[in-house]
Amino acid sequence: MKFLEGSMKQELMKIFVFAVAVFTVPVFFKGGYIMNVLVFVGIYTILAVALNLLLGLAGQISLGQAAFFGLGAYISGVLTATHAANPWLAMVIAVIAVGIIAFVIGFPILKLKGHYLAMATLGMGIIVYIIFNETIDITGGPSGLPGIPNLSICGIIFNSDMKNYYLVWSFAIVTILLSINLSASRIGRALRAIHDSEVAARILGVNVRLLKAQIFTISGIFSALAGSLYAHTVQFISPASFGFNVSIELLTMVIIGGLGSIYGSFLGAAILTLLPELFRTFQDYDIVVYGIVLIVMTMFMPGGLVRGIPLLARSLLAKVKSGPPTERRV
Amino acid sequence: MLKIESITKIFGGLKALQGVSFSIAAGEITGIIGPNGAGKTTLFNIVTGIYDPTSGKVYYGGKDITGFAPEKLARLGMVRTFQGIELFGQMTVLENVMVGLHTKSQSGIIVSALKLPGHLREERHIRERAISWLEFAGIAELAHMKAANLPFGKGRLLEIARAMAIEPQIILLDEPAAGLNSRETSDLAMLIKRIKDSGITVALVEHDMELVMGICSHIVVLNLGHKLAEGTPRQIQEDEKVIMAYLGEG
Repeated sequence: MKFLEGSMKQELMKIFVFAVAVFTVPVFFKGGYIMNVLVFVGIYTILAVALNLLLGLAGQISLGQAAFFGLGAYISGVLTATHAANPWLAMVIAVIAVGIIAFVIGFPILKLKGHYLAMATLGMGIIVYIIFNETIDITGGPSGLPGIPNLSICGIIFNSDMKNYYLVWSFAIVTILLSINLSASRIGRALRAIHDSEVAARILGVNVRLLKAQIFTISGIFSALAGSLYAHTVQFISPASFGFNVSIELLTMVIIGGLGSIYGSFLGAAILTLLPELFRTFQDYDIVVYGIVLIVMTMFMPGGLVRGIPLLARSLLAKVKSGPPTERRV
Repeated sequence: MLKIESITKIFGGLKALQGVSFSIAAGEITGIIGPNGAGKTTLFNIVTGIYDPTSGKVYYGGKDITGFAPEKLARLGMVRTFQGIELFGQMTVLENVMVGLHTKSQSGIIVSALKLPGHLREERHIRERAISWLEFAGIAELAHMKAANLPFGKGRLLEIARAMAIEPQIILLDEPAAGLNSRETSDLAMLIKRIKDSGITVALVEHDMELVMGICSHIVVLNLGHKLAEGTPRQIQEDEKVIMAYLGEG
């Protein structure tokens, strides 16, 4: 696990450098389409980090993360577009409501393990997706919910890609910081213990059921935050953005980046958001591509890119130093 | 300290334990022995809340604790180790023991995420306590090694150090000498004696007769789910029924 490598001071240094890098990026692009894509990288980074807390840290799978993402978006969207609530207030309500929902679902559901938990969370995702589609009076059904207002602060309305970039990434960096803190804490340690041996953790007095429900809730809260940001930046939401394939996409991001590595989740989110933009032809086959990527990654780079690339670089370097490989004799 | 009262456990058609009763005295080392399949580990699993008994009661300091969950028992001061050692393999040796101090600290999920000052102080304290438990078990030099990479014998010691970190009143060791060589076993005997000397009650299930006879003051013998005998090591060694059970009736 990457969580505790290096002291906390180094961790703070890392996040500072990361934040500076993120906030200087717009200087090079001066707007344009790429900024729009980078806003989505930010939103998916929050989502991938949220799933990673659950999957990488505590070892609990969720194939229904898109449900929390969607609930956050719809609660925020409906409150503002239909009921003219203040967008910030709507965001707070969305996050709290999803937190409560996640806890109520998580407490019983996380008694399940492995495949059963995967199926139960999958079911949760599907049910929520159906609700978005069928409650047409509230959500607008498959044709979506338009007219969601932008967020604004002190007269600045976040209505351009450039402004949204700063907005979304501010939240993304706070999410990363909180997640790193949590991972390195007593709670993070207990969660990693649960990941390795649930029975041993219980014997030592760790309240496994409560902690699992809590991390599921935190994961849901961050996902709802991402959903609310999505609703207010895109200004239009429809069920298709919160379907099963989104949950799988998030899973792929976390695994590509590296289970348990917070920055790996960013990397995974960046790759999976930027690549489809470059290879537009894959569009209809994206789920197939994700499937192949998942298989290849788990077979050849189970630690994800964050751990796999340094390993690969080291072995390549070693090969270069020792000259070309000699032919194997039988 | 611990009173086991007519415990019966039936798995499907198999009677693993039938009406077993005995007591474990405070401040002593009690050994539970018996041939394979006698029901020793099942008994430990019932006492420590992993299984519920089919019938019977477990009392701990006079309190009925039958069916209490392991995490609740930990808070009451009961801890155990496992036959096949259950370490947190992906964590370091030190972190393993730090998890043992989980109940000795409070920071919740929000305090931890915001890293408030009280939390940092608590972390430092946990770290220091964990190191002193590693020293107690004699494995402080391995603190930063990944637990999964430990040799088996050291893993055993780590599991005991981690259990001690919860500052238990009673520790139950399930075959602590299994898989250890003779030198490691004698180190283990010393460690168990040190635990007893610090005022903690010890119960152990064990096959290594030399170890059991050497350190236990009281021994309970189980055979095929029944209690066969109990007494001092000398009484047990001279007991006809025990000799029969171990050597067979041929």
